[in-house]
Formats: sequence, structure tokens, C-alpha cells
Amino acid sequence: MSQYVQEVGLYVRDQDEALAFYQKLGFRVHTDVRNGDYRWLTLQHPDQPLLQLGLFKPGPPVHDEATAQTLNAIVAKGAMPPLVLGVDDCRAAYERMHGVGVEFTQEPVSRYGKVDASFRDPSGNGWKLIEVRG
Amino acid sequence: MSADSSQDPELLRRLLRAKDRMDAASHEDWPVQRLARVSRVSEAHFARAFKQAFGVPPHRYLLTRRIERATALLRETDRPITEIAFETGWQSLGTFGRTFRDITGESPRAIRLRARAAAHALDHVPACFVSAAQRPDLTIAVSEKRRREVADINGSLQKEVP
Repeated sequence: MSQYVQEVGLYVRDQDEALAFYQKLGFRVHTDVRNGDYRWLTLQHPDQPLLQLGLFKPGPPVHDEATAQTLNAIVAKGAMPPLVLGVDDCRAAYERMHGVGVEFTQEPVSRYGKVDASFRDPSGNGWKLIEVRG
Repeated sequence: MSADSSQDPELLRRLLRAKDRMDAASHEDWPVQRLARVSRVSEAHFARAFKQAFGVPPHRYLLTRRIERATALLRETDRPITEIAFETGWQSLGTFGRTFRDITGESPRAIRLRARAAAHALDHVPACFVSAAQRPDLTIAVSEKRRREVADINGSLQKEVP
């Protein structure tokens, strides 16, 4: 492979809270490095080792305070772009995730033979949970 | 400071929860006290905080979601308009029709007839293309298009609904 997406980042309100949440979804820490206030934190899912999911907290030194506040507000309003998590069995994934306290905004629904559900992370990032029959 | 950035993100996250709950069950009754409880905000502050966050009062947001659902049912099913009105959360056919016209500029019946006329126009398309257009994958794209059209209608909605 000569080109692929290596890392995609999310803004989160609290990196420890987000880490605990995404670990419940099966992600593991890939890199966790600090430099003063800055923390580079990326996760990896064992089923998709080439992609890292970055969890970043808006703020200095990258953002001034007003920008950080704006970014935090956008995430908390659910206005960030949709994210999609593919699973082989949506209802089973829903049961498992619901059981560990994930906040679902839509229970599994079958549309045209495909099942999907929706959930949010603690910060407000919205995920669609879509069944991918392989 | 803009309206966006003056609200506490923790408050916004709780207001989003109220919006999510309306999205998930727009046919249910959502009086301010119920929404305020979901958001853990006082009833006195809820409506203003919601409008500041999402640009539209909570009740009007709920109505647009109901109209969106009703429009889809009018287009995609043959069910009686009365039944659709009750299923999407209205107590009376009159209120439904009036609100529907206020928001879309058309009556529920007109929307349905137009959707049928559009389907009728397919009579001029060779049958193999029609059947291709009705394959599940394309149907999803069409419903996505409908969703966007409804979003456009909502976006251009200028008139305040009581």
C-alpha cells in the first residue's frame, strides 16, 4: 500500500474520559506522549491496526482560549461530522455497548435489510453503528 | 463573543441530549419540563438556552422533525393522512394540516399527489431502468436525497410556527 489514512483525530473534552470510553469499544492505546500541557494520544483497534484514532483536547499551546472554547462548544452541540463504526452484528454490538453504559441516541433499526444504530461519546461526537455483512 | 462560544460546553452537551431525545421519539410529547429534566436545566432557562445553542426554539425544532417524518410517510406509503398525523405526534388532523402548510407551503395531500406524479413520470422510463432505480442501494441514496431536501426546507424556514 503506497498511501492510506494513518491517523484521524477527534476533539474531546477530557482525554482520560475519552480514553476510558473508547477502551470500552475495544480500542487500545497506540501512543500516549506528553510535552508539558500537550498530550498526543492515539488509539488503535486490533481489527484495524493501520488506523490510529487520535483523541485531542482543544487548548494551548495549539489553540488560544477562545478557539478552544469554540471547538469544545461545537463538539458538545454534536455539530462535528458524523463518524461511522462498522460491525458484523449491529444488534450484538448494541447489546454489548449498551451494557457498558454507552449513550445510544438511536436503537438498532433495520432499513432495507441493513441494521444501524447511533451513539455518542461523552464529549458529544456522534457515531453511526452500521452492520457490514462481509 | 459570538452566541456559539458564550455557552458552557457542559450545558451544551446536556442540551444536545434533549435534542437527541426529540430526534429519537419526535412523535412523543415533549413539554418544556420534560426537556428541561433531560438537560438538567431549570424550566425557566431551557427554551432560551436551547434556541441559543441550536438556533431554533425547542418546540419548533420538534415540529420540523415531525413534518420531516410525516413527509417521508406521505411519499413512501399509502397510509391514510389521518393515520400519519396521529403516528407523527399530532392530536388532530386540523393542527397537522395547518402546521404542515406553514412549514412546507403545501398541504399533506399536495405533497402526496406530487410524489405520485413523480412516480408516474417513471412510466416513460424503460422498465429495466426503473427496476434498476428501485434497487436497495439506490433507494438509500434517494432517501438520503429526501433527507437533504427536508433539511433544506428546514434551513430556509423563515416563518415562526406557534
